[in-house]
Amino acid sequence: MMFVPGNNPGMMADAHIYGPDSIMLDLEDSVTMAQKDAARLLVYNALRSIDYGNTEMVVRINPLSTPYGKKDVEAVVKAGVDVIRMPKTETADEVRELEAEILKVEQEIGRVGETRIMAAIESALGIVNAYEIATASERMMGIALGAEDYSANLKTNRTPGGAELLLARETIVVAARAAGIACFDTVYSNLDDMETFRKEVELIKTLGFDGKSIINPRQIEIVNQVFTPSEKEITKARTIIAAIREAQEKGSGVISVNGKMVDRPVVLRAERTIALAVAAGVIDKEEAL
Amino acid sequence: MIKEAVAGTLESGDILVQLSPAEGMTIELQSSVAAQFGRQIKELIAETLKGLDINDVYVKAVDKGALDCTIRARVTAAAVRSTGKDVWKD
Repeated sequence: MMFVPGNNPGMMADAHIYGPDSIMLDLEDSVTMAQKDAARLLVYNALRSIDYGNTEMVVRINPLSTPYGKKDVEAVVKAGVDVIRMPKTETADEVRELEAEILKVEQEIGRVGETRIMAAIESALGIVNAYEIATASERMMGIALGAEDYSANLKTNRTPGGAELLLARETIVVAARAAGIACFDTVYSNLDDMETFRKEVELIKTLGFDGKSIINPRQIEIVNQVFTPSEKEITKARTIIAAIREAQEKGSGVISVNGKMVDRPVVLRAERTIALAVAAGVIDKEEAL
Repeated sequence: MIKEAVAGTLESGDILVQLSPAEGMTIELQSSVAAQFGRQIKELIAETLKGLDINDVYVKAVDKGALDCTIRARVTAAAVRSTGKDVWKD
């Protein structure tokens, strides 16, 4: 998910050319108070006019507690955004309040139920309430960590190893999995240190995240490299799925592949590997198995 | 009656739009693509303003290669600032 400032038309016009899975146009922290009105109109018109192809379009709105939040919701729902990202989410009630605002606008334009919600969790209270937030609405498609505000709230600093974020990251992954929705990691803002960025992407993939937020097209390739299964992993996954299918046809539940027991969790991991390979475009959906 | 207002920037891909009170509509455009797209840009500015019921206005626009959607957004933002009437509900 690539972050793009909502008051920068040049970047907004070009963002999809680099091929991110999703683009998040930002109306919140990257836009000054004096430009909130102009950015909202820019995002509205861009969403209605620019052909972003299959890229999932997300807009980060201002909190509903500010004078800008409700107008942001009206604008982006009317423009047909895929997902509204709610910043600084701390409670399930805040999600339900946003849901009600979205519904009001959707009813007005006769397109009910199409706008999904992603909640960014950026405080200790948000982490404590992560599961309640993740299950607060049927529109919830994911939760994400906002590490800058979170670290400040914890009264600590961000470090290259990310020790200060470990509990938050694990909590978000567990809450998302329990709720059956997606989870996205925070941004890494030092563009001069790609090595640490790669290590961070490897770490969050190991923790179970579905994706990483990025701030520059240069970071896309590394995220894709880390998240795309290798040829070896794809071959192994195919072998496992083929073996389990054969076993099922013969009425047997547990089998072994290359001397290792294959049971349900192994099959689920193999299926996820294939799904990731298809999503990354390294294999076709038709010839996935 | 409108008051003076500005929206947009001089960054690449943007357009700076300045509105001032006047009688009738006059549009002054500076653009590196004026020879090719000048008429089209002016028509878009005029159409956007008329759509917002603004007919008496002097427009000064400096275009830096803005897309149509950006021109529409910046003209609307300047108009909202100029009239104080938002296009979104309060």
